[in-house]
Amino acid sequence: MGKQSMRGMADTLTSARMRKGKRRLPPEATLVVTIIVLAVVLSFLTANFLTTNNFYNLVRQTSINGIVAIGMTFVIISGGIDLSVGAVVGCSGILAALLMKDHSQGVLVACLAGVLVSAAVGVVNGVLIYHGRVPPFIATLGTMTMLRGSIMLASGARNIAGLPRSFSDFAQQDFLGLPNLFAVWVIIIAVAWFITRMTVFGRKVYAVGSNVEATRLSGVDLKWVYYGTYLVCSLFCGIAGILYASRLRSGIPTGGQGYEMDAIAASVIGGASLSGAEGSIAGTVLGAIIMAMLRNGGNLLGIDPFVLEIVIGALIVVTVLIDQNRKAKG
Amino acid sequence: MSTDAATAAATAAPGAEIVRMEGITKTFPGVLALDNAQFSLLPGEVHALVGENGAGKSTLIKILTGVYAKDSGRVAFDGREIDISTPLEAKALGINAVYQDINMAQHLSVAENFFLGRPLRTAFGTVDWRRMREVADRVLAEYDIHIDSRALVKDLTVAQQEMVTIAKTVHEQAKAIIFDEPTALLANEECDELFAMIRKLKAQGIGIIYISHRLEEIFEICDRVTVMKDGRWMRTMPTAETNQDEIISLMVGRAVEDMYDRKFFPPGEVVLEVGNITTRGKFTDVSFDLRRGEVLGFFGLVGSGRTEVMRAVFGAEPPDSGEIFAYGEKVDLRSPKDAIRKRIGLLPEDRKRQGLNLQLSLVLNTNLVAYDKVSAAGVINLRKERAVAEEFREKVGTRTPSVDQLVRNLSGGNQQKAVVSKWLAAESDIFIFDEPTVGVDVGAKQEIYKILEALLREGHAIVLISSYLPEVMGLSDRLLTMRNGRISGQFARGAYDEEEILRAAAIE
Repeated sequence: MGKQSMRGMADTLTSARMRKGKRRLPPEATLVVTIIVLAVVLSFLTANFLTTNNFYNLVRQTSINGIVAIGMTFVIISGGIDLSVGAVVGCSGILAALLMKDHSQGVLVACLAGVLVSAAVGVVNGVLIYHGRVPPFIATLGTMTMLRGSIMLASGARNIAGLPRSFSDFAQQDFLGLPNLFAVWVIIIAVAWFITRMTVFGRKVYAVGSNVEATRLSGVDLKWVYYGTYLVCSLFCGIAGILYASRLRSGIPTGGQGYEMDAIAASVIGGASLSGAEGSIAGTVLGAIIMAMLRNGGNLLGIDPFVLEIVIGALIVVTVLIDQNRKAKG
Repeated sequence: MSTDAATAAATAAPGAEIVRMEGITKTFPGVLALDNAQFSLLPGEVHALVGENGAGKSTLIKILTGVYAKDSGRVAFDGREIDISTPLEAKALGINAVYQDINMAQHLSVAENFFLGRPLRTAFGTVDWRRMREVADRVLAEYDIHIDSRALVKDLTVAQQEMVTIAKTVHEQAKAIIFDEPTALLANEECDELFAMIRKLKAQGIGIIYISHRLEEIFEICDRVTVMKDGRWMRTMPTAETNQDEIISLMVGRAVEDMYDRKFFPPGEVVLEVGNITTRGKFTDVSFDLRRGEVLGFFGLVGSGRTEVMRAVFGAEPPDSGEIFAYGEKVDLRSPKDAIRKRIGLLPEDRKRQGLNLQLSLVLNTNLVAYDKVSAAGVINLRKERAVAEEFREKVGTRTPSVDQLVRNLSGGNQQKAVVSKWLAAESDIFIFDEPTVGVDVGAKQEIYKILEALLREGHAIVLISSYLPEVMGLSDRLLTMRNGRISGQFARGAYDEEEILRAAAIE
C-alpha cells in the first residue's frame, strides 16, 4: 500500500527517482514487530506466558475467532460488512449438536449439515445484497437477527450437551504436535491466502471493493462475486461453529455472540479498510493474534478484563488513526 | 533580467498585485515539485496558468490555498507578506478555488449549499430559510443564473452546479478565484455562459487564476499567461503577444506542428451497425454504422445523449428498442459482458468512476477484462498476469515506476493509458472512446492520438465522442452530431464546417 500521492503531480520527475528509491516495507511488518514486542514484554513480566501450556491455550482461543476474521476480511475487501458471522457460528454449532443428540445422526453428517446451512446463509446474504440492493449492513443485520431467533426456537434456548466423544475430543486433540483447532485455522489461512492472491475470484473481490461500476463495465458478472464473497465468509464461519461446539463439548445457543465485532477489529487492525479494496489475509491473521495476545497477557498479568476491552478498543482506533495519518502524508 | 521577465514586470506594477509568489520551492520525498517558481495576479485580470501535468501548477496553487506548506520563497497578498498554512486561512483572506470535481452537498438545496456550515439565523436562533433563499436568489440573479434556489443540487446539470459554486464563492467575498479546468465537463454553449460570468467577476476587480488544458480558451478569456515546465517558471506573457504554438513549445520544450495530424486509412467492411435504437427519455431512433479503419466522431452538447447511446451499444444500459448488428450478425447485448464477447470496448467518459479501479494496481486494472487469458480453472498464472501488464504499459507508454503502482497515483494522462491498456489486453476490436482527453495534458493527448492511429492501422474501428470540436473534427473520418437525443447531422471529412457542425449540434 505504498501511497506516493505526489506521483500524479510530478509524473516524469518521479518515475526516474522512485526507481532508485527504497522499497517500502509491507504494512504487515508493523504488526509483526508489535507481536514480537508483546511476546518479549509478556515473557519478562509473567512466568507463564512462555510455556507450552499457555501457547496451546492461546492458539486454541485464537483459532476460532481467527477463522471468522478471515471470512470477514473477504467481505470487507469487497466493500461490504457481514454482521451475521457470529450468528452463523452459533447456528452451525447448534445445528450439528441437535442432529447428533436429538436426531442421532453421525458426526460427519451433522458437521456437514452445519457447514452447508451456514454456506446457504451466505448465499441468502449475497442474494439480498446483489438482487435486492439491500445495503450489506442491513441485509446481514437481518439474517443475524433471524438466525438468532431460529437458534433459540430450535434449541429451546438450552445448551445441547452430551455429544459423542469423537466430536468433542477433536478440539482438545493435537495434530503433528499442534492443536487441531490451530491446524484447521492454518489450513483455512492457506486456502484464503490462495484465493486472495492467486485466483481470478480473489482479484474480482478486490475490484468490486474498489469500484463496483468500473468492474461491471469491465464485463465482470457481479452476481457471482457477491455470492462468492458472502458464501466464503459464511462457510468459514460454519466451520468455526463446528469447532466452537467441539471445544465446549456442546451446542450453545448464544455461541458466537459478539464475534462479528472481534472479526471486524482483527481485519481493521490488520490493515483492512471498511471502504473496500484494502486488506490482506496475513494482516488479519496478525491482527487476530495481537488481540488474542493482549487478552491472554492481560489475563496472566491479572489485569481486569474490562480494562483489557478498553485497551483493545483504543488499539482499533489508534491503528486506524496511524493508517489515516500515513495516507495523508503520502 | 530577461526580456520576458521585464515584460511581466512592466505589465504588473508591484503595489497593485493581489497575489505575488516568488522563489517558491517545494519538495516531496524524492521529487522537486517546484523549483524557484513565481506567479503574480492583478485585480481584474484573468491569468492563465498552463503546463503539462507534473509541471507544478497544482502544487503552486495548493501552496497559495494553504493545502501545502512551501519549503522556501515568499507569498504576498495585497502587498503584505503572509504565511498561509491552512485552506481556511486562505479562504478568510479571500483566496478561493473552484475545482474540477465540484464539491457540493448533492441532497441539499442551492440555498442551503450557499450557506453550508454557516446558515443564517433568525432572532430565535433557528435557521432563517427565507433570508437564505432571498440572498441566494439575489446573487444568482446578479449573475444571470436562472436557477431556483430551492432546487436540489443533485437535480442541476454539471454546468449549473459550477455556476452556483462560483456565485457562492463570489458571495463569500473572494478577491482571488482559482478555476481548475472549469470547462472540462461543459459543452460549448455552457462555456460561453461561464466566460460571461468570468467577465463580470473581472469587472468587479476580482483576480482570476485560470488553469486549463484547452489553449483556445486561454486566448478567449485570459489577459496574461504563465507557462510552467518541470516545476519551474518558464515565462509570463500578455496573451495578446503570444500564440498557441509558442505556449505549447514552452510547455513541452518542442514545437507541435499540428495536434491532430493523423494518417487516414481506406475504410474496410462494416463491423457495427446500429439501427433505430431508442431508450425512452434518453435518445430516439439513433442509427449509424462503423467501418474498420475509421474514426466515427460523435459531437454534441453535454446531455445530448451521446454517452447514453454508447452505453446502450455497450450493453451497460440496453436500449428499449432497436437493433444492433456486430460483424453482420444481429446481437442482443444485455450486459457489458455480452458486448465484450463481441470484442467491443468502452473507454468511459468518467474514467475515475467508471473506467478504473483506482485503489488497485496497474496489473489488476490491465487484466480485469481478460483474466481468463492469464488463468486456468480460475487460478492465475502470476507471471503471465504481470507480463500482460508490462506488455501494454510498454505499448501505450504508461509512465510509472512499476506495474504494481496503484492507478490512483498515476497522472490523468497515464490513467487514461491504463484504461486503453485494459481494452487492448482484452483484444477489443471496436473501441468506443468517450471524451478520452478530458483532464489530460498536451503531451499525453498526443500520445493518445498516436494510439488511436495505431489501432486504425491494425484495422480496428473507433467511435470517438468529444465535446471539443477541434479534436473531433481533427481526428474523425466522419462525424455525426446529436441534439436532444437524436442524430441531428452527418458530415463527411471533406465537408467539415465548424459553424455548420455547431449549428447542427446546438440549434433547432
